[in-house]
Amino acid sequence: MTVPADAARRRIVEIFISEEGPLLRRWSQISGAPIDELRDLHQALRTALAGDADLADVRGLLGELSRARARQGYTPSDTARVVFSLKEAVYEQVEADGQGDALRGFAWLSRLIDDLGLFTFETYSAAREKIIIDQAEQLLELSTPVVKLWEGIVAVPLVGTLDSARTQVVMEKLLQTLVDTGSEHAVIDITGVPAVDTEVAQHLLKTVVAARLMGAECVISGIRPQIAHTIVTLGIEFGDIVTKASLADALAYALSRSGVQLKGAATTRVAVRAERD
Amino acid sequence: MSGPQEMPIATNGDVVLVRQKVRSVAAEIGLSLVDQTKIVTAASELARNVLVHAGGGRVEVEKVSTGLRPGLRLVFSDEGPGISDIAQAMTDGFTTGGGLGLGLSGSRRLVDEFDLVSAPGEGTRITVTKWSR
Ligand SMILES: Nc1ncnc2c1ncn2[C@@H]1O[C@H](COP(=O)(O)OP(=O)(O)OP(=O)(O)O)[C@@H](O)[C@H]1O
Ligand SMILES: [Mg+2]
Repeated sequence: MTVPADAARRRIVEIFISEEGPLLRRWSQISGAPIDELRDLHQALRTALAGDADLADVRGLLGELSRARARQGYTPSDTARVVFSLKEAVYEQVEADGQGDALRGFAWLSRLIDDLGLFTFETYSAAREKIIIDQAEQLLELSTPVVKLWEGIVAVPLVGTLDSARTQVVMEKLLQTLVDTGSEHAVIDITGVPAVDTEVAQHLLKTVVAARLMGAECVISGIRPQIAHTIVTLGIEFGDIVTKASLADALAYALSRSGVQLKGAATTRVAVRAERD
Repeated sequence: MSGPQEMPIATNGDVVLVRQKVRSVAAEIGLSLVDQTKIVTAASELARNVLVHAGGGRVEVEKVSTGLRPGLRLVFSDEGPGISDIAQAMTDGFTTGGGLGLGLSGSRRLVDEFDLVSAPGEGTRITVTKWSR
């Protein structure tokens, strides 16, 4: 660093220190950010400028600030404005000073603030993206409930397009629920699935096999006519897997398999007996 | 008649979009529910083959017509490794990737017209058509 440039930097640091109060107030006013939030930033920046311009601490604070703002739903411009508005606040002080050193120092500080502004913007975008990905995953989890139909019988109603990511999540969740609830029967209902291709079929088949290895039986229900047609034409064989037209049929089947007898299909009377052998 | 519409196939998400697009066009030209499901399933198979076996490519979706009968034509193309033995690839159960090996052969049965052009190192181009009846 050349000597005049050094003097310019020193002058900026002096302004940072002597005019801290007005600077912070003005900065807060322009950016709309609370003074308390800016005070730490001001402190870190002052230390960095006075020393070897190591901005690690400043970046750390800005990172926190942009992540917090991304979470709270601030716009990217609002977030970047926090940084860029420091320029205007400092410039007013520099103008009041009016000396060459201060003006040269401002040019230098200005470039630095530009860099920090871009950094803030990038951190904000990255945080925003992460939030969106997290939400998509949550949605994936939420949209695939595994429900307990009866003691020992769980069901997973599949709805919507089954891409491989979703099918995998569903199937893992089903297997986990079998373990957690100690269930021996599972119903996979595909009434809400618009198409079953080889990939979906393979996931279904694998799940049934995995469930069997865990000592549980799967029934696939809700195969609608157009799906049945397509599965047959495609050449997929479900082998000895039990399939039922409706979820109700599948439940009745699973109940009878586990020794629960339903009396009179039209009534809601349920008689339970223990299986003899 | 509107011209062909091209869609990229580069991610699993694209495969879902292709399925949705094909379903909406199939419904638009009045295919029966069974035929809609068949062409959507074939599109799903072929799009995923492009993604899995060729690392990506594209599909052109086009409404076609022979006089009175409207139809739906899909052209899947990629610049992947190509298929050296087409007869073998078209056999039920043949797979190089641990699938069921039913995608190609099954798709052919799901559509009315099926045309496959491929050579090693020259990519693959599959044209399928489904006519409304
Ligand atoms: N676009 C393509 N580019 C290169 N090779 C392909 C392409 N499409 C298919 N193949 C080859 O043809 C074989 C058969 O394809 P097919 O779709 O019938 O089965 P699969 O994709 O292996 O399994 P799945 O039953 O899950 O579809 C593939 O294993 C692959 O070797
Ligand atoms: Mg395939």
